[in-house]
Amino acid sequence: MAEVIFFFAAIVALAGALGTVIFRNPFYSVLALVCHLLGLAALFLLLRAEFVAAAQVIVYAGAVMVLYVFVVAYVGGQDRPLSPRHGPGMRAVALLFCGALLAEIGIAVIGSGLKVLDQEGGGFFPAFGSPDEIGKLFLTKFLLAFEIASLLLLVAAVGAVILARRRSGLDDPRELSVADLLRSPASGTLPDAERGSLQEAAGPPGR
Amino acid sequence: MSITWYLCVSAIVFSTGVGGVLTRKNPLVVLLSLELMLNAANLALVAFARAHGNQEGQIFALIVMVVAACEVAVGLGLIVALYRRRLPIDVDELRELQG
Repeated sequence: MAEVIFFFAAIVALAGALGTVIFRNPFYSVLALVCHLLGLAALFLLLRAEFVAAAQVIVYAGAVMVLYVFVVAYVGGQDRPLSPRHGPGMRAVALLFCGALLAEIGIAVIGSGLKVLDQEGGGFFPAFGSPDEIGKLFLTKFLLAFEIASLLLLVAAVGAVILARRRSGLDDPRELSVADLLRSPASGTLPDAERGSLQEAAGPPGR
Repeated sequence: MSITWYLCVSAIVFSTGVGGVLTRKNPLVVLLSLELMLNAANLALVAFARAHGNQEGQIFALIVMVVAACEVAVGLGLIVALYRRRLPIDVDELRELQG
């Protein structure tokens, strides 16, 4: 029974991964990634990682993918064909490279000769991977990692808000650039200097 | 099922993600391919945790999930900022840093 579930979940996960890369429309890519995550959650369950599987479905397939869907809907999934500048030559090289990487990882895994990889795994006890055990580990042995992770999430949330906020006056033609500031320091007041950062770096719009 | 099967699935998913990062031009899809690679690493971590009967690999996988969520938040913020500045949503066009 476990074999049937494994192959089913593995095929779903692999098909989702392939679909994510192959689909031209980013919206379909996101949906394929959701399929991939659900298949992966089933694999986690087979590996007795209940809490990781639940977090995968709730956090990843739920929250993070909704964020992706919103951004795809906002930006609009314009899918252009591959540019002629690089052409199919570079694409073939990229595919060759990832094939080589697959062969290398496969040799490293299968040729490692580790005894522990050929069996189903040991040291299993009924509460293995339950929220109870994971919580205990998080709050005792890995308390520092837990706190740092919470801090990292806070920093990322603040950074994302700052990056994506609406800057007023971006399309103002009277906008100052860094060169203007260098030329006449007296005219560069602080709010003007704060206004455009990425756009000045990238040049005028509509280029 | 031996653990090697899970590691093979993880290797294939990781290579697929690498192929996506290398061939796709839309930064959204590049981010999705990065997610694939992180998930492949997660699967390998959980598989090794099962092989050794040790739950610490699962803790590692959860921390990787947190880092992936942060990466998604910042990456999508960057894409929204690109869109607001009417820059092309295309990683080949955005090469100011290349000189």
